[in-house]
Amino acid sequence: MKTYEKSGGFFPVFERKTGPAKDATHYCPGCGHGNVHKMIAEALEEFGLLGRSVFVSPVGCSVFGYYYFNCGNFQAAHGRAPAVATAVKRTNPDSIVISYQGDGDLAAIGTAETIHAANRGENICVFFVNNAIYGMTGGQMAPTTMIGQRSTTTPQGRIETVHGNPIRMAEMLATLPAPTYIERVAIGDSKHIMKARKAIRKALKIQAEGKGYSFVEIVSSCPTGWKMDPVHARDWLLEDMLKVFPLGVFKDESDTRDEGYWNRRYDAYDPAVVDEYLDRLKSTLGESEPVPLAGDLHCKFAGFGGQGILTAGLLLSQVGMRAGQHVSWFPAYGPEMRGGTANCSVNLCAGRIGTPLVENPNVLVVMNQPSLDAFAGEVVDGGVIIVDTTIVEGRPDAKRLRPVLIPATAIADEVGTAKIANVVILGALVAATDCFPRAFCEDTLRAAIKKRSLVDMNIDAFGRGYEFVKNAR
Amino acid sequence: MTDNTALDVPWMEVNGELCKGCQLCLAVCPKSVIAISEKLNSASYHPAYYTGADCTGCGLCFYACPEPGAIRVTKP
Repeated sequence: MKTYEKSGGFFPVFERKTGPAKDATHYCPGCGHGNVHKMIAEALEEFGLLGRSVFVSPVGCSVFGYYYFNCGNFQAAHGRAPAVATAVKRTNPDSIVISYQGDGDLAAIGTAETIHAANRGENICVFFVNNAIYGMTGGQMAPTTMIGQRSTTTPQGRIETVHGNPIRMAEMLATLPAPTYIERVAIGDSKHIMKARKAIRKALKIQAEGKGYSFVEIVSSCPTGWKMDPVHARDWLLEDMLKVFPLGVFKDESDTRDEGYWNRRYDAYDPAVVDEYLDRLKSTLGESEPVPLAGDLHCKFAGFGGQGILTAGLLLSQVGMRAGQHVSWFPAYGPEMRGGTANCSVNLCAGRIGTPLVENPNVLVVMNQPSLDAFAGEVVDGGVIIVDTTIVEGRPDAKRLRPVLIPATAIADEVGTAKIANVVILGALVAATDCFPRAFCEDTLRAAIKKRSLVDMNIDAFGRGYEFVKNAR
Repeated sequence: MTDNTALDVPWMEVNGELCKGCQLCLAVCPKSVIAISEKLNSASYHPAYYTGADCTGCGLCFYACPEPGAIRVTKP
């Protein structure tokens, strides 16, 4: 026995729908959306895909897809359904993702997302319901409105020289190399409807096999927007619309594409290649047993942009992270890459950190005079203040604070480059606070320094700063 | 609605409350066995109904109908 009835791909009752009539859709009589919905729901159920399917609704009449489809649902910002579908698919490679869109959504505000999702060959299905008009907003001209077609915004009919021509999306996308399958079908008479059903099923199958991007344009009627009765509307669709939007398969490489080929992006990323490109020893700091922290540090690093102020803070944060402590790093700088003022706040704590801001540091690093003037007063009583005496002329209040005076830039210059003064300072900071053991910090630096060729110089600079402070005591 | 459940013949049925009276099922029915009721349903539409004989169970009306639950076709 064969029964044609409401598919299990739909919710038995449309509970999410507002108002009465929880069994009927919100669509107007004779609207093509219902037909397309039925075919998608039927295919998802028959192919056993419902449990892993995600239906992405657009803005337009079909905005309420989540009322109906008994699977995962998203409702995207206008035109962005292919972008949302991309995210869903890439984060859940086993999901079956449908980007369901009308002509205003797909071919006007969402043109960019449409083209680029197709160009990337996203392994998704795009079902494009083209009824040549903006239905939900009241029958305005759409990108697919035909020359001469009347709408509320083209009451004299669409004029080529004023409004441009209707866009043929299927043909346009078929010029791209990545898409696997592109067909235009129509919800017209029974013959066309059954062909549309076949195309929708094929697209879903292609996705399930990991064969890539499918685009099915479904020429459909909008009796309300067209101001026609539903039967007349479908006749008009067949007679007039198909002249402008010819049916057919514009691209089909489903037989030649390897199964799973378009899933390869999920394991295409090779960290070793990135490390090699960046001349980096390894991409992570590596595992370490937790290293205890002598006491919570609330540091501020301040100086000119280009002195490595932010990097010094970042390196200290990485030491703390590898030690298993709580860490925050918060930069503040102007738009200049060099020469502006820069500072960063670093919290290194045994417990959770409430705010990444450091208003009253217990360790302040100053690498220029304005920073000493601006921040010395904010340091807590007894706090450490590390001053690069090569550059800073002033001296901090030695009664209230614990000054560490080090000619960091001069030392760095001896090591090989003045640019490495920030690491000399870092060595001084570790020595002055005894926050972590020297060897542990050096191990971390080896992993954290991005340029392999600079590792030895950095370790040297760190050691010089460390020893300068220890020997001065 | 005619009760054909006891018969060994195909039949279609319309849920008169869900039907929006678009008449697309009438347009595609090869046997012209669907008609429009003179009565209104609670949504103020004249719903379609099965005239009671000669349905072949082809299912074309089911796919022409935009409403998920309005038409059911059974082919024994």
